Amino acid sequence: MFILKLVLKNTLRHKLRTILTILGISIAVMSFGFLRTIVTAWSAGVESSAANRMIVRHSVSFIFPLPYAYRERISRIPGVTMVSYANWFGGVYKDPADFKNFFPRVAVDAETYFEMYPEFTLPPDQLATFKQERSSCIVGEKIARELGFKIGDAIPIEGDIYPGRWDFVVRGIYKGKDASTDETQMLFHWNYLNERIKELQPGREGNVGWYILRVQNPREMPAIARTVDQEYLNSRAGTKTETEKEFQQSFVSMSSAIIRSLEVVSFIIIGIIMLVLANTIVMAARERTTEYAVLKTIGFSSWHIAGLISGESLLIAGIGGALGLGLTFPVAAGFANMFPTFFPVFNVATLTIFLAALVAAFAGVVAALFPTIRALRMTIADGLRAIG
Amino acid sequence: MIEVHNISKSYRRDSLEIPVLSNITIDVPEGEFLALMGPSGSGKTTLLNLIAGIDRPDSGSIVVNGTDIATLNESMLATWRSHNVGFIFQFYNLLPVLTAFENVELPLLLTSLSKKERREHVESSLHLVGLGDRMKHYPKQLSGGQEQRVAIARAIVTDPTVLVADEPTGDLDRVSAGEVMTLLDRLNKEFKKTIVMVTHDPRAAEKAHKVMHLDKGELT
Repeated sequence: MFILKLVLKNTLRHKLRTILTILGISIAVMSFGFLRTIVTAWSAGVESSAANRMIVRHSVSFIFPLPYAYRERISRIPGVTMVSYANWFGGVYKDPADFKNFFPRVAVDAETYFEMYPEFTLPPDQLATFKQERSSCIVGEKIARELGFKIGDAIPIEGDIYPGRWDFVVRGIYKGKDASTDETQMLFHWNYLNERIKELQPGREGNVGWYILRVQNPREMPAIARTVDQEYLNSRAGTKTETEKEFQQSFVSMSSAIIRSLEVVSFIIIGIIMLVLANTIVMAARERTTEYAVLKTIGFSSWHIAGLISGESLLIAGIGGALGLGLTFPVAAGFANMFPTFFPVFNVATLTIFLAALVAAFAGVVAALFPTIRALRMTIADGLRAIG
Repeated sequence: MIEVHNISKSYRRDSLEIPVLSNITIDVPEGEFLALMGPSGSGKTTLLNLIAGIDRPDSGSIVVNGTDIATLNESMLATWRSHNVGFIFQFYNLLPVLTAFENVELPLLLTSLSKKERREHVESSLHLVGLGDRMKHYPKQLSGGQEQRVAIARAIVTDPTVLVADEPTGDLDRVSAGEVMTLLDRLNKEFKKTIVMVTHDPRAAEKAHKVMHLDKGELT
């Protein structure tokens, strides 16, 4: 009890120094938490992949289409219980310089897509209306909220991959099943895209961007992938079939250098936290050398002294860590508000909170290590001589 | 009471070995008030530290109250010090973040006394040194003489048999030094404390029963 009381009093002895150290740690922990949140957000799609879905895309690149005609043959492959398809549309909504206006626009098979993705929850009446109306679209709740879309609103898109002006009517707003579900997409009829492109650019019709397969048994995925790819090995458009997770991972790996850099920076921040705290604790312990010697003289053990030093270090690290973690949430929320559609999912993960707390505690222990060892080794006579 | 027999002590500074004490033998009977005098670097404080069990001799024995403290390990020595020795330093060495009461209470925290018993001991010690009305004051709110009296209260609160004082008046003005020496004299005479004191101050040494002089690590 006394040690705790003295730890508290020692921590408040140089208030300005302690406050600055706590602020330094909190900013570092906040930065760590924020960077980890970005890294997590980047790979959110990978984490939320379904275990029973596979993606079939062009063997050369995702940007090359596959014939719509593949659908029938793929659906007959044993183990495949359902087939859907989608096509990246692109396009520009309002001012492209405003990040808020960037959101994925995808042409999908209206009949199967929402059944394939049960994590996109949509009221049955909205789904029914969507299926009946060719130029209708469904938007995620997040972009509906950010851009003010309501049911019945018209969304004009200026095409780029598919030229021309495209007008869609919002007929439904889907919600994610949980916080990790992407709610930033705009989904519309592939049939609408196919019909219009047939008129605008004859020859481009009859293609889809990728197929989505639902399989009965995830353990059969390697065999199904081999069968699909073998089927189209010598075709004009060869296929590459992979699990949804692998497919998402391939997108993430395109940005691996950025992610790696963020991870490196987040670990550098840990080093900064330790240096800031270690500097304070070393200074404090050096100033109190005589006091430690006096306490030892009176009969306090070296472990009492170790408790005083590490207690102060852990207390400062704990307060700084808690403050930093507390700041991470509003900063992450502010970032998510500034770029609402850039990351489909931008939440401070439980693991990030745990890691940030662990980093602060680790910094507290490491910062106290050197002065504690020094204090343990110090003889009383040497400590008393440090009086000057 | 204190039997120092043929002790030697040297310090190493880099590769250099510096002898500090050579073959010192002294006996301090119970209730004695011994003053150790000598020029700087003569080994007075080192001898005091050895008697108090906060340093170890290279050779020889130190028997205090029947215990050869040179044979005790660090942990045993710490326990021994907490029961047998009270320390008074030149610069008081009070913990600045603790009040006078809390500073005096420090040695009692290592005992099994209850909070109430500790309070009684601390209050009586502070009353004894004339600071019963300054219990809640922090060291920076006290004068040098008062700080040293708090340090004396801290030294006697566990009722040790031996008090060691390293230049207790070295940082005090003449009046405060006189008060401190009167207090030590009273502790020796009234409470039968055995006191070993290092001092440069001849007026302080006058209060002692016996004065020993050290020079270059030897008794003269």
